[in-house]
Order: sequence, then structure tokens, then C-alpha cells
Amino acid sequence: MALLNLHLKVWRQKNNEDEGRFVDYNIQDISTEMSILEMLDVLNEKLIKEGQEPVAFEHDCREGICGCCGIFINGRAHGPLKRITTCQLYMRHFKDGETIVLEPWRAKGFPVLKDLMVDRSAFDRIIAAGGFVAVNTGGAPDANAVPIPKHNLEKALDAAECIGCGACVAACKNASAMLFVSAKVSHLVRLPQGKPEREKRVFAMLNQMEKEGFGSCTNTEACSAECPKGISMDVIAQLRREYFRASVRQEKE
Amino acid sequence: MKLDSKIPAGNLAEKWSNQKFNYKLVNPANKRKYEIIVVGTGLAGAAAAASLAELGYKVKAFCYQDSPRRAHSIAAQGGINAAKNYQNDGDSVFRLFYDTVKGGDYRSREANVYRLAEVSSNIIDQCVAQGVPFAREYGGLLDNRSFGGAQVSRTFYARGETGQQLLLGAYSAMMRQVGLGNVEIFPRSDVQDIVVIDGRARGIVLRDMVSGKIESYIADAVILATGGYANVFYLSTNAKGCNATAIWRAHKKGALFANPCFTQIHPTCIPVSGSYQSKLTLMSESLRNDGRIWVPKDPNDKRPPNEIPESERDYFLERKYPSFGNLVPRDVASRNAKEMIDDGKGVGLTGKAVYLDFAEAIQRLGKDSITEKYGNLFEMYEQITNEDPYKVPMRIYPASHYTMGGLWVDYNLMTTIPGLFALGECNFSDHGANRLGASALMQGLADGYFIISYCIGDYLAQSKKDKLTTDAPEFKQAEKDVSDKINRLLNVNGSKTVDELHRELGMVMWDYVGMSRNAEGLTKAKKMIKDIREDFWKNVKIIGTNEEINQSLEKAARVADFLELGELIAEDALQRMESCGGHFREESQTEENEAKRDDENFSHVAAWQYNGADKPEVLHKEQLQFEFVKPSQRSYK
Ligand SMILES: Cc1cc2nc3c(=O)[nH]c(=O)nc-3n(C[C@H](O)[C@H](O)[C@H](O)COP(=O)(O)OP(=O)(O)OC[C@H]3O[C@@H](n4cnc5c(N)ncnc54)[C@H](O)[C@@H]3O)c2cc1C
Ligand code: FES
Repeated sequence: MALLNLHLKVWRQKNNEDEGRFVDYNIQDISTEMSILEMLDVLNEKLIKEGQEPVAFEHDCREGICGCCGIFINGRAHGPLKRITTCQLYMRHFKDGETIVLEPWRAKGFPVLKDLMVDRSAFDRIIAAGGFVAVNTGGAPDANAVPIPKHNLEKALDAAECIGCGACVAACKNASAMLFVSAKVSHLVRLPQGKPEREKRVFAMLNQMEKEGFGSCTNTEACSAECPKGISMDVIAQLRREYFRASVRQEKE
Repeated sequence: MKLDSKIPAGNLAEKWSNQKFNYKLVNPANKRKYEIIVVGTGLAGAAAAASLAELGYKVKAFCYQDSPRRAHSIAAQGGINAAKNYQNDGDSVFRLFYDTVKGGDYRSREANVYRLAEVSSNIIDQCVAQGVPFAREYGGLLDNRSFGGAQVSRTFYARGETGQQLLLGAYSAMMRQVGLGNVEIFPRSDVQDIVVIDGRARGIVLRDMVSGKIESYIADAVILATGGYANVFYLSTNAKGCNATAIWRAHKKGALFANPCFTQIHPTCIPVSGSYQSKLTLMSESLRNDGRIWVPKDPNDKRPPNEIPESERDYFLERKYPSFGNLVPRDVASRNAKEMIDDGKGVGLTGKAVYLDFAEAIQRLGKDSITEKYGNLFEMYEQITNEDPYKVPMRIYPASHYTMGGLWVDYNLMTTIPGLFALGECNFSDHGANRLGASALMQGLADGYFIISYCIGDYLAQSKKDKLTTDAPEFKQAEKDVSDKINRLLNVNGSKTVDELHRELGMVMWDYVGMSRNAEGLTKAKKMIKDIREDFWKNVKIIGTNEEINQSLEKAARVADFLELGELIAEDALQRMESCGGHFREESQTEENEAKRDDENFSHVAAWQYNGADKPEVLHKEQLQFEFVKPSQRSYK
């Protein structure tokens, strides 16, 4: 274990109307064993004691699964490492004396609420538009009634791992939510249970995405590169096929 | 007050069917006239909201996170139990029932547990129909793993992310109802009070976590599904926001609180590394399928683990419990680890850890197979500790994890306030004094998908519609109480942060009300908690105002409640002068240092009644009847 002295540049913004600005903080004796959120806890404790407002940031599980946390760290969504969320970033990955820049996700679909917190409710509305299998409780057939090849299952699960953190949107120069939408479409269409509504789903979710002000996808692959769950570009390719398939079917009908 | 558990008569296997038949029904056309509030969108809350809306009720669902999909159920790793007997290894509804009652050390209600086991199979069917990708074998059929306290393989899983996949299933079912206009969601809502009018629960008061507005919502019935209170220990495996506020306020409005001292310490968590530690990360119990727990035989042996030869290691669980080995229930595993550490055999820099070793499994099954089963857990471990568990054994230590206690409910999941129901971890109903692994997810979904819709129908069918609104004086009073409390918090302007005070509470809870308890320590703890509470109200410092996002204020309101609940936990632990499950009283152990129950005096549910600020609570007892299993000294040897 070592101790670091760091220089922080943190985005401070009182609320959605405020313009916002970077504020500089120096912080001493940060253990390399701390997570970056624990480092922010230490900063906040210090600020409170000094009578200053602590930095607002979103977090809950602190183990990389709830998707709450999300900070743009030194210009990267969730920081410099691949396949982790902000809460899983440990201070051993920073150097003594380093400057760390902390900003909120920036995207039209994600208005800033305060400091490092943004409003991601658009994702909920996209799911409400079609990100489900329409079955009611009760009356489901036996779980083993329809065998699912292991390979398909694993692929579905790869896509289903999306935690809805929004890093894909933050990383994308078009602020597109294509990876998020594709992950859900891909998860469900790879399973027999998700097939009956496949056409309807892809249209409904894409429409809603557009309505929410997310940009369109130009295949820059930044989303997948920054995804903490490593969701691959394959899901976007699959969404395109699904969209094409659904369009052709619609024409026929 | 007479506690009536309302357990239906008849044979165990017929109770639930009979009850369903006897319940009154709400006619389908009338359902949309009823509004139901669901607080919490974890497995229990989201499943309930979806199922009730599908039936036609108008549902409002509340959670404190920015999206209902982030409820703490998302973090469950290992799996969910169900008595499917797909493995042909002798499982049955009765066996799951039996294991759960035994695992809970005979402190749960037989009828509730049986019902849970009975509906467990439907849960798996329902989830698969929603598109939950449970692990499968090459032939395409579902795979299972084993969890502690069971000798059959009945745990369904999706990698190490079972909770996530189940919650996304329930969440998407609920969001479908949002799209259809039957459910309205209210994220970023901090529910701070329950409103009771004419003896019935009629609504809630909350703080909008963005604007700070205090708002009221009215309904015909209120469901609480707000999860557990393990964060009373400060450090726990729960998410940072998990809290007892809603159930504690309900308690103060008249809902009895059952078995508060039944808290679970999970044996396999990543150890504390320093004072800044903000939470503890669980390493799923499923790891004990393949990982072997050991310490060096010699306390002075400071060699790196890989240099300690087999003959100088003590695989203490395998040695002491040959028939269950590393898969003994959690309370037993935790206590044994503590014993080793107390004997000076702990490992790592702090000496507060034991090894969980995969070397043998990697050799037997190959690295790929281990990666497939536990890959994400291994990655998580390496992220946090900077050590590669494929090469060196994991270091693990027990941590506060789950709370079996909670609001007292009858067989119909109703609290002692008519119209107020409690589901999932926030009720006390099914796990007795110790919960078996993979049974919380099962309970949350059983309550939410398959039980509450019947119970609530029966309640609503018998209650009259009226024209009340949130202008009723009871709502205004509750709004005022909430505002007053917030103002009081903001006006203290002392010198200690909320986290500092919470850590102080956690330390007392862990040291005196943790894995091992005694009368002297508990008495001391009660006093210490009271002192911290007083200090809190004199010394807490919160910056900012109510009319904005204010995370310190949110935390402060939660800690204020933990400081009251903590004392009740200590009191309950003090009064229960026996050991059972996770509640270990040093005064009551067998010759082999196992928990020793006292069935003659303590075969009851302890249900506490609030009696006014700073007054001792009143204890009520619900005697437990065992008709179908005979309580015996639990043995896993
Ligand atoms: C790390 C971890 C791993 C686990 N692994 C397993 C496992 O493998 N198998 C298993 O069976 N169990 C496991 N458990 C236990 C299990 O996950 C929980 O018991 C269960 O998910 C609880 O579900 P719930 O619906 O009751 O509550 P939660 O999922 O905790 O949901 C609580 C809800 O209430 C809301 N809420 C709380 N307070 C308020 C308030 N004041 N105002 C508004 N909303 C509020 C929250 O926003 C949330 O939506 C695990 C637990 C942990 C911590
Ligand atoms: S806090 Fe849950 S993913 Fe980071």
C-alpha cells in the first residue's frame, strides 16, 4: 500500500439551470487500496468539515452491478481501465501527484442534475416501449419445456449483462444509445421466448430512443470499448439485421 | 395485543390451496378502481407491481434509486432455489421446506415455509418465460448448483449475476405495465412516513430527492418491499442506500417488528482494508461448491499460502463437519472462521481473514471450467485486492449481509396495521434465525409474483371505497412531521459528519451485537447506541438545504433511524437468552461450541411494539408450532 497526493478538477453544478464549472481540490494521503468513490468520500468528509458543499455523485452497490455510478474520468467513461465501472476503479491505477479530471456524463439524453449526477430516466422509457417479453404472471410452461442450446443461451446472457449505466452514450460522439438498445434486443431475440415480438420490439425501442434525443449510430465503436460489461459490437450488427428483417416483413404485410 | 398469524387449518400441503379458495375476490371490472402503492422495486416490489397491474389494479411504485432496475436485488450473485428436482437427486417440496425450517434453526413458521417451497417451481417457469437466461447444460436443459445447508442441487443461476437477471426480468414485466399505463413509477423518492387513517394504511409521505418537496400519495393499500437493514452495521454487503426508514416509520405507526436480532453474517466477503472502507464485497456462497476453506495449523506460520504444505493446513470445516464440509450453513461457517481468527490463525496483513482456495478445483476441472462458473467473481476479487485468485487463494472474512428479522406479518403478508403489507427481505416471515443461501431471491419473487395478489384481493374485497384525499388531516400531520424532522437535522449544525456517526454505530453493532453476543456486551451496546444517538442529534453536520439534491441529508435521515433500530436489535438479542441460527449467545452453547437452542422458553417469534420516544418497547410473543418437522439439535457433522 502507498499513499498518494492528488490534484482534482471536479465539475460542480448546482442544478440543471446552473452553468457549472470546474473546481480544483488538492487531496492528501489517499491509499492506493481505496476505490475512486472512497477517495471522493474522503474529499466530501473534508469539505463538510470545512463547511463546503460535498460533491454529489451517484452510487449504490459499489460493486459494479447496479449501474448507478458513472463518472467521466480523465476524458474516459468510467476511467482509464477497460471493463469496469467507476466504483471498481482503484486508486492504485493513479500516480502520486497526478491530476484527475471528473465530469458527469454529457449527452442530450442525459441532462445534468447536480455535479456528477445526470438524469438517465430515458433508459427506463426505452424499456417500457418494448424491452420485455409480454407474458403475465401465472400459466408459464415448465422451464425445461423448451430446451435452449447452450451457445444461444450464453450469447443471450452476454447481451443481458448490460447494467444500464449509460457509459455507451457518454462515450459516443453522437450520444447514441444504440448499444443499450441493441443489447436488450439481442438478449431477447436469441431466446425462443423473445421471438414472437421481435419485429414490434425493435421498432418500438428505436422509436423511443429517437424521441429521447439520443443521436444515431455511426459505428465508431467507442460505446463497446467503454462498456464496463464488455458488450460487443455484435449486438449492434444484430440489431441492424433485426431492423432490416422487421422492415421487410412490414412491407410484405 | 393478541398476535394472530392466521395460519389456515388443514394439512400442510393443502393449506395454501384452501386459503386461496377461501379468499374473497375482487371482480375483474372493479380492480381498476383500486389503487395500490408499492414501496420498493427489488424482486419483491417489482414482481408485485407487475403482477398486480396485470390483474388490473392501478399501481404506483416508488424507489430511491434513479431507476427501479437498480434495486439492491440486482447484486445477488449466486442463485435461486426451487424444488424442481431436475437433477433427479431426491429433491421435493417437502425437502426444500424441511431444509429451510432446519436451516432457520426452527424459528420460522411451518405453513409459510411450506408455501414458499410449494410456489418455488412456478418462479423458475415464470422467469424463463420472461427471458431470464438461467445457465443451461449442453443438451439445452437447465443447470443447477449446490448451496449451503442442502444436500441436493436445486439452485438455478445465471453466471454470478443471478439477481441481476431476475431483477431485470421483474423490472421489464413492470415496465411493460408502465407502458400500458397501469403502473406509474416514482424513482428518486425517499419514502419517509406511512399514513394510517381509521386504523388502515392509506398512503405514504416522501421527499422528492431532486426538488426536496414533501409529497403525499394515497391508495387503498400499501405494500412495503424495501429490503433489509444490514447497513445498521455500517459496513455490510448491502448497497450504500439500503435502509430501514420505511419499515421503521411503519413500526412507529403501529406495525410490530419481529425478531430484529436475527441478522446474518455471511462467511465469504473480501476483508476490510482500511478505515476509509465504505462497504464490503460479497464473494458468493456458490464459491464454496469448489473452494476449500483453510488456515495454517500453526498460528505463527507466516509463509505465503502456496508454500504451506497440505499437511500443515487445517481445512477446518471439512474436518469438523465431514458430511456438509465447506457447504455448512452461513452461521456455522462464519462462527468457525471467527473462532480460527480469535485463535490467532487468521491470515493476510490484518490477520482478519481465512483462505478460500481453488487450487484443487482448478486441477480437477481445469481453469476454463472455473472461469465459466465464477469468472466474474474472480475478476471482481482481483479488481479489489490486486491478487489473482487463480494463482493465490482468496482471503475472505465474514460480513453483515442479510436480515431475517423485519416487520411482523401474518400468513397473508399483512402487518399489524390493516392494509399495510410487507414483502421480501423487509418482512420476517420465512427464514427463522438463519437464511439459507439462494432462498432470499426465492422468497422475494414468491411474495411478489405468487402470493400477494391473492392476499391483497381478499383485503380489498372487504374494505369499502371512500372519497378520502391527501388533504386529510392525517396526511397533513405526517407531512409536517417529516418536514420538522428534516429541519431539525439541518439545524443541528454540529461538527461530525453523518458517516462518522454511522461508523461509530457500526462498530458497536459489530463488536457487541455481531457474530457472538453476551448479556454484558449487549447491555453495554444499548447504552452506547443511546449515547451515539444523543451525540448525533447534537453534533451532526449537514451542509446545504432541503430544496436541492442533498445526499448528506438523505444519509442523515437513514442513520437517525438506524440509531433507533440498533438499540432494539440489542434489546431483542438480550432478551433471547438462547442461541439459534445467526443469533449466538455465548451463554448458550453445546459442549462442541455449537448454537444451543432453548425450545422450552424461546420457541417463539419476538414481536416488538413501539411505545413512544425513548420508552422501552413492548414484547409480544407468537408461539411457534411444529406439527410436521420435529425440532432437533441442528447437526451438519
Ligand atoms: C451482495 C449480495 C448477494 C446476494 N446474493 C444472493 C443470492 O445469490 N441468492 C439469494 O437468494 N439471495 C441473495 N442475496 C439476498 C437478496 O439479494 C435480497 O435479500 C433480496 O434481493 C431482497 O429483495 P427485496 O425485493 O426484498 O429488496 P431490495 O432488492 O433491496 O429492494 C429494496 C427496494 O426498496 C426501495 N427502498 C428502500 N428504502 C426506501 C425508501 N425509504 N424509500 C423509497 N424506496 C425505498 C429501494 O429503492 C429498492 O427498490 C444477496 C444479497 C446481497 C447483498
Ligand atoms: S455503484 Fe453500482 S455499479 Fe457502481
